[in-house]
Amino acid sequence: MIIIGERINGMFKAVNAAIQERDKATIQDLALKQVAEGADMLDINVGTATEDPVGTMRWLVQTVREVTEVPLSIDSPNLATVKAGLEACSGPKMINSTTGQDEVLNNFLSLAKEYDASIVALCMDEKGVPVDVDGRVEIAMRVIAKAMEFDVPIDKLYIDPIVLPVKADQTGPGKVLESIKQFTMLSEPAPHIVIGLSNLSQGAVERKLINRVFLAMAIGMGLDTAILDPLDTELMDTLITAEMLMNRTIYSDSFLKAYRQR
Amino acid sequence: MTFEDPIEKWSSGVATVTIGATASEGGTRCRKIDIGGATTLPFLTFEGITPNKPVIAMEVLDCMPSDWPETLIKPFADVIGKPGEWAAKCVSQYGAEMICLKLEGIHPDSEDKSPDEAVKVVEEVLKAVDVPLVIWGCDVDEKDNVVLPACSQAAAGERCLIGTAKEDNYKTLVASCMADGHALIAESPLDINIAKQLNVLISEMGFPLNRVVMYPTTGGLGYGIEYAYSIQERGRLAALMGDKMMSPPVVCQIGQEAWNAKEAKATTEEAPHWGPAEDRGIMWEAMTAVMLLQAGSDLLIMRHPKAVAMVKQIIDMLMGKQQATEK
Repeated sequence: MIIIGERINGMFKAVNAAIQERDKATIQDLALKQVAEGADMLDINVGTATEDPVGTMRWLVQTVREVTEVPLSIDSPNLATVKAGLEACSGPKMINSTTGQDEVLNNFLSLAKEYDASIVALCMDEKGVPVDVDGRVEIAMRVIAKAMEFDVPIDKLYIDPIVLPVKADQTGPGKVLESIKQFTMLSEPAPHIVIGLSNLSQGAVERKLINRVFLAMAIGMGLDTAILDPLDTELMDTLITAEMLMNRTIYSDSFLKAYRQR
Repeated sequence: MTFEDPIEKWSSGVATVTIGATASEGGTRCRKIDIGGATTLPFLTFEGITPNKPVIAMEVLDCMPSDWPETLIKPFADVIGKPGEWAAKCVSQYGAEMICLKLEGIHPDSEDKSPDEAVKVVEEVLKAVDVPLVIWGCDVDEKDNVVLPACSQAAAGERCLIGTAKEDNYKTLVASCMADGHALIAESPLDINIAKQLNVLISEMGFPLNRVVMYPTTGGLGYGIEYAYSIQERGRLAALMGDKMMSPPVVCQIGQEAWNAKEAKATTEEAPHWGPAEDRGIMWEAMTAVMLLQAGSDLLIMRHPKAVAMVKQIIDMLMGKQQATEK
């Protein structure tokens, strides 16, 4: 399972404050903590409150790079902001994200090729997020074909079926699960499949429980990557256990400990 | 769109374990030997590298072998029962890269030798040869717990490979190997879950994983080698996929298992339809070794010099291709 730490995001109050004050220590601490708890990659998102997203992205990436070499996921819908992040990022990196809309997809895929970056593709296009599974699969297929056209290898492609708040639409999670299952059959080898987990529980009271249960269900369907909070120990225990139950890691009595000693 | 070769990309590899310490490292060995370190399945030179070729340790006993057939006794007839000379003959005449000293004589049902007697044998063999040494207990936990720490201490600084530590009997040996600077064999009974759990337990004692060699137990031809093979292969795949607790290299008891099979030890008179015993047992041992090499064995413990020579040649052949293509 590839774990992308979600905590360096301007949407969080503390991160936003650190951005405003150019407080490196807070950001670096958050980066190191997430890596220590199992993050394989770190998502870097400037949020919406900054007036200079390009400069902020550059600063965030450089700040995190000073303390860790893990791949960074440059998270912004804005092409210029993503480009700034990619330029500032030495070593492995990811673009998060493109949509399936033709023009956007072309722009971001050529960036991915240029910077040798992985890329997350959201299953949405000019018509928005499809209401059904078929619509998502159709976009995913289009993205895979386009990626091949742009010579972006399939193991650098991450398809995101898009998780919406369960509170807004209770039929959504089931559709995401079915989409994940179908994505695994789209190509050989299959693309990576990623979700932004926290979105599921937006506005709900039992946020952590909802995230945890859904993550286990999604792993059962073939999910292999998630953007989540690695500092949530119970969530991580759930993930590790689901991986073990799916025979992706070898069981030992101390399987939680063994996973964390990787 | 470019064509991509269907090559597996592994995220990790097998750990490298060093056995033997030279004078500059506080030991008396002529050289040290690295085992493990591969970043691919065995001999798949196009997928990754195998920096260290598999190594053969020849087996020497501290007593008279009780169940060895004539074919096996013959090459050692002049030195059998004299561990120092036996070891020296293996190295000088048969080209052994390592010696595995099996302390069968300490077994309560065998000669029930004392720790002092075992220490004397260890010292004798260390003096007789300058290749790295494997020291193997008798499989009776209580006896091993008394004898092996004494042998560990006697060989302190030589960075031997000592075993075996098991799930319910690992603490004493781990502590000894830690104190005396040796590497450790972790034995699990053909069970991958126990193999992993044992490595977790050992590393929790503060023993570094890069000093552990796994013994997932070995089958011989005729004794369910398929199962031993698949366990080893699955462990190797896990190591390549990044499971650190499955990353130690693997040791196999080739000679012991192969020569236990009736097909290997039956005499020509007993089984004339199987062909001459002289060739049969040797082939049996060599075939067992070659199969387990393919499963990912890094250290082979063998008996017959002809089988050793044959397997060495095969290893060189399989590794030679890699040397030609390695960047």
